[in-house]
Amino acid sequence: MSRARSPAGSVCRRWVVLVALLAVAVPAQADAPSGARASRVPQPTVAATAAGSCVEDTAFMRRNHMELIRHQRDLTVHEGIRTTRHSLANCVNCHADPKTGRVTGSKDAFCEGCHSYAAVKLDCFECHADRAQAATATGSAR
Amino acid sequence: MKGVDHARRQILAWGAAMAGVAIAPGITLFDLAHGRPPSEPASRTKRWGMLVDVNRCSADCNACVVACDRENGLPTAKTATSAQWIRKVELKDIRGATKSLPMMCQHCAEPPCVDVCPTGASFKRADGIVLVDRHTCIGCRYCMMACPYKARSFVHEPVSDQKPDVPRGKGCVESCTLCVHRIDRDQLPACVEACAASGHHAILFGDLNDPGSEISKRIAAVATRQVRADLKLDTGVRYQGI
Repeated sequence: MSRARSPAGSVCRRWVVLVALLAVAVPAQADAPSGARASRVPQPTVAATAAGSCVEDTAFMRRNHMELIRHQRDLTVHEGIRTTRHSLANCVNCHADPKTGRVTGSKDAFCEGCHSYAAVKLDCFECHADRAQAATATGSAR
Repeated sequence: MKGVDHARRQILAWGAAMAGVAIAPGITLFDLAHGRPPSEPASRTKRWGMLVDVNRCSADCNACVVACDRENGLPTAKTATSAQWIRKVELKDIRGATKSLPMMCQHCAEPPCVDVCPTGASFKRADGIVLVDRHTCIGCRYCMMACPYKARSFVHEPVSDQKPDVPRGKGCVESCTLCVHRIDRDQLPACVEACAASGHHAILFGDLNDPGSEISKRIAAVATRQVRADLKLDTGVRYQGI
């Protein structure tokens, strides 16, 4: 039984396991494609060709885009504030798939790609237009 | 050559002067900038309303309905349950004379739809426009029962290809928004524009709070009526000639 084994033998075994794990993990890191963060799970692919930068920092937008959109929606519906910086229409205009012109409809589409990957229900576009229509906005981001 | 230049300048000056002249009451080719910037909320100092001159409204014209459907992305092929924000109504008086008028949300100052809404989705904006916040609407249809004008519709079927300015979808109640997205851009509601384009000029849009506005002057000058004035809802849509 292992309980009968000496403590020194147990420590030695742990080292062997650790070294073996490192030997497997290090080449996997090296194989990761340059530019992408090393990950052992597949990442979502999004066909986004928006020129320039987003209205906020990308890392911030990944976590907080829903808060910005929700805040803007209440301002627009109830008070009639129609600034385009954080409006959903502005998101769609920039992030639509260049081939389909939409942000939903396929696993590569900007919104649906990430939402289906994260298994978060996306119900904006049951009511809102999911196509880029640049002429509808009141102009540039104000 | 000099004379030709002068003549051209004169014509240009006339053109500019003509463009400023009202092409119809309340409608000018261009207007002085008076709109609020997009970052500013709708103001309580305004109350948007419409005056429909029923005598100018033709029974065989439904330009306002067509324009509304197009502007707001409503289905053009109507079924028994499809949404309808504005409709033409035939009125018959006791002697058999008929009148035709457009009927839509009357944008009441005391809207019964807002009173009965259990979620607060039905609301009145600061400038008097009665709207549904579809994010909060649960589709209970109390407002449809409360509205004396039958102005509201329920969306029964899934909707696709909505207009970016007019999001709409299955399970919500909706009605005339007075083309709020156009008003916020300083444009006239689609029905008003279409009525003028059809040559009838029956609908006048403006600020009921401003005594100097064309609509306020007309209401002060001629006999106008609110439909079901007995309910004391103080409607924003007024009618002349009924």
